[in-house]
Amino acid sequence: MKKILNSIVCFALFFGCQTKTQSPSSSQELRLNIHSFPANLDPRKAGDSVSAPIMRMCFEGLTRVGLDSKPHLAIAKEVKISPDQTEYLFILRDALWSDGEKVTAFDFEKTWKKMLDPTFACPLVEALYKLKNAKAIKEGYLPIETLGVTALSKDSLKITLEHPVPYFFSLLATQAFYPTPTHIVEHENNWTQSNYVGNGPFQLIHQHPSDGLILVKNLNYWDATSVKLEKVHMAVVEDLMTELSLYEEGQIDWVGYPFSALPDEALPTLFKKGKTHILPLAGTYYYIFNTKTLPFNNLHLRKAFSLAINRKEIVDHLLLSEQLPALSLIPPILWDQTRPLFKDADIAEARRLFDLGLEEMGLKKQDFPKVCISYNTISGHHKIAQVIQQQWQEAFGIRIKLKNKEWKVFLDELNHYQFQIARMGLLATYPDPSAFLEAYTSLNTGSNLPRWTNPEFSNLLNEANQTSDQKKRDELLAQAEKILIDEMPIAPIYFYTGTYMKKDYVKDVYLSELSDIDLKWAYLDK
Amino acid sequence: MIYYLIKKATIVLFSLFLVITLTFFLMHAIPGDPFTQDKAIPEEIIIAMKKHYGLDKPLFEQYITYLKGVLHFDFGPSFKYEGRTVTTIISDGFPISLILGATSLLFALFGGIFLGAIASLNHLKWQDQLAMGVAIIGISIPSFLLATFLQYIFAMKLDLLPVARWGSFSQTILPSLSLAALPMAFIARLTRTNMIEVLQQDYILTAKAKGISSFWIVVRHSLRNSLLPVIAYLGPLSASILTGSFAIEKIFGIPGLGQWFVMSIANRDYTVIMGTTIFYSALLMLATFFVDLLSCWVDPRIQFLNRKLDGKDAH
Repeated sequence: MKKILNSIVCFALFFGCQTKTQSPSSSQELRLNIHSFPANLDPRKAGDSVSAPIMRMCFEGLTRVGLDSKPHLAIAKEVKISPDQTEYLFILRDALWSDGEKVTAFDFEKTWKKMLDPTFACPLVEALYKLKNAKAIKEGYLPIETLGVTALSKDSLKITLEHPVPYFFSLLATQAFYPTPTHIVEHENNWTQSNYVGNGPFQLIHQHPSDGLILVKNLNYWDATSVKLEKVHMAVVEDLMTELSLYEEGQIDWVGYPFSALPDEALPTLFKKGKTHILPLAGTYYYIFNTKTLPFNNLHLRKAFSLAINRKEIVDHLLLSEQLPALSLIPPILWDQTRPLFKDADIAEARRLFDLGLEEMGLKKQDFPKVCISYNTISGHHKIAQVIQQQWQEAFGIRIKLKNKEWKVFLDELNHYQFQIARMGLLATYPDPSAFLEAYTSLNTGSNLPRWTNPEFSNLLNEANQTSDQKKRDELLAQAEKILIDEMPIAPIYFYTGTYMKKDYVKDVYLSELSDIDLKWAYLDK
Repeated sequence: MIYYLIKKATIVLFSLFLVITLTFFLMHAIPGDPFTQDKAIPEEIIIAMKKHYGLDKPLFEQYITYLKGVLHFDFGPSFKYEGRTVTTIISDGFPISLILGATSLLFALFGGIFLGAIASLNHLKWQDQLAMGVAIIGISIPSFLLATFLQYIFAMKLDLLPVARWGSFSQTILPSLSLAALPMAFIARLTRTNMIEVLQQDYILTAKAKGISSFWIVVRHSLRNSLLPVIAYLGPLSASILTGSFAIEKIFGIPGLGQWFVMSIANRDYTVIMGTTIFYSALLMLATFFVDLLSCWVDPRIQFLNRKLDGKDAH
């Protein structure tokens, strides 16, 4: 036995020493880990959080959000805006694709028109609906020629909007508005694998599930002098504990948000060590009520259940990462107008509303229909559901059931409205409070799972969209949010945060509340 | 013998056909499809995508088309990973799983036989108790727990081996050990029990009486005869090592085939589900087939028995 152990240790010693020398320490090489291999790197088709940071490195829109969190002109060098703020004329700079071809206004026009083709699957298409006639084109009511986008020449692009969009420059910097190299995309079906050409600060030169992705500085990028990193290596390790170990062993420079997450079980120890960074995000975790079926077609019951949730308890004892209890739908980081719209854990009021609801429905407490919380099988959701189950049972003295389903089965049930209460969450894709409200303007937005509508709410949102006066707009949106919260088709629970650790020598990485990361200006100070 | 081979081959093909059919229909029976996602997609796009992938046709027609494809070894493209076909996924991932599996198998076999032999030769002495103690631990600790433990000791604390990832030989050691622990323990116990029995046989006594050295008695006579159950266990073992490596691959960040096998189901990536299932079941059947042949070689009595049975069947 001893011999075996000895030989194993010797063996390990011998080969173990070999790898230690392998870890690269090239001066400007950043080593990251992504949670899974990106399924698709076509900016027109991808809609997941793994591929988004990679595309941000490889592409650039008319604008780009800078280190100061404000959008700046990027591929565009000049812009003229009409007085009513619905017409934009962009003049493009002399920018090149990574293969040396010129980036033209036609690239933008053709890419967006393709995305709006009714048969083209494009998860981020809703962002384009600010363009004139875009929604009607996607739904097949209008021909593609009527789109409010025209390339007047190689370097001038005219954009007409449906209505004034105060955050349009920020929107133009998002993935939905990236151009694609039409001289390649139109000829090569498999371009993301075989010939991945972009116009951003970096260029993807290697991608394989077995050894990850390698990106290098794009020398053809118009602002290449600002790019200091020479190389970015992205490993693909799914297990969060292993990722953390790799970080602690010094094999990667960044761990956690936004590429993956820190393992829940390690959080308390990591917080104690004080090496973690926490970033508030423009996202809300909430429960939705099915407002078309018993018992939550009753307004008072919805409110009662929402008020009976003790959010502070969940945030303080379960989540630990400085999340804030959500007492409104729109996260404060996204909107400075956000303020609490109801009281947390208002048990007395909840009980009163519960009894009122029962009375309205002509029910006795013992005949109260079975209530069930649905969520997808992830331990975090399970823990929250257990706490809320306990809180509701204590507040109302009724039995609550929990039902966890595999992700796609869960989605299938939601899309067929087979739920009473379900767990959901939303991260804003553009920096505007309307990102949280637009789903409820009609029943066929595709995201209106509670199936709740209110004409007054829709009118307010419409009016807000038509105005170019920021103050009035904020007021209208605040009124709309108040109506939504008063009718409580959803019960907000907490606002998301992102937790990560990075080596001290990693500098100037841009992170935003929209879960964007930009490595354009990043560098290693070793 | 040839008749025996043909019979076995027919059984293998028929079982494969059953696997394909069952997987195909079960897979379509689970709720959700490759295009289900949290952001609802407009109906017309879903229709267009289903048409593109041929999912709009009746299920039975899809089944026939798929069978035709399988006959030409065409398993189709992945639904989720654009630009990747099932064949490239398998040819990328399988060699890695194979290396991992083969090293674990070697660890398990040699470690297990060695432990078992030592234990039986020192029956009821401390070596026996120690070896069986190790075996019991190996059987009772799940591989993923052992993996984390090994990772912590050897990579984090002692700094001897890399934490994770794949590429160099040193990176194969910890995952192979974690994967090998259970079968090693099992093989050790199998070997021990059989060796103890064999060592009491008369022919061992005869061999000793002839004056053959005890080393050769162990290697030629007792080990060879006690390995039969171990060989029979090899078939299902190699399959379970290859398929069961999912947890280990995940913990060590190894880009093998195991993760695709599991992930494809979560993604409802129909073609990948089918491809990996067919591949693994073919592998399992081949492994059992070879083990059958191997047992004939080690113990000629089996072949004789088969011949006799074949003879009976022929009548």
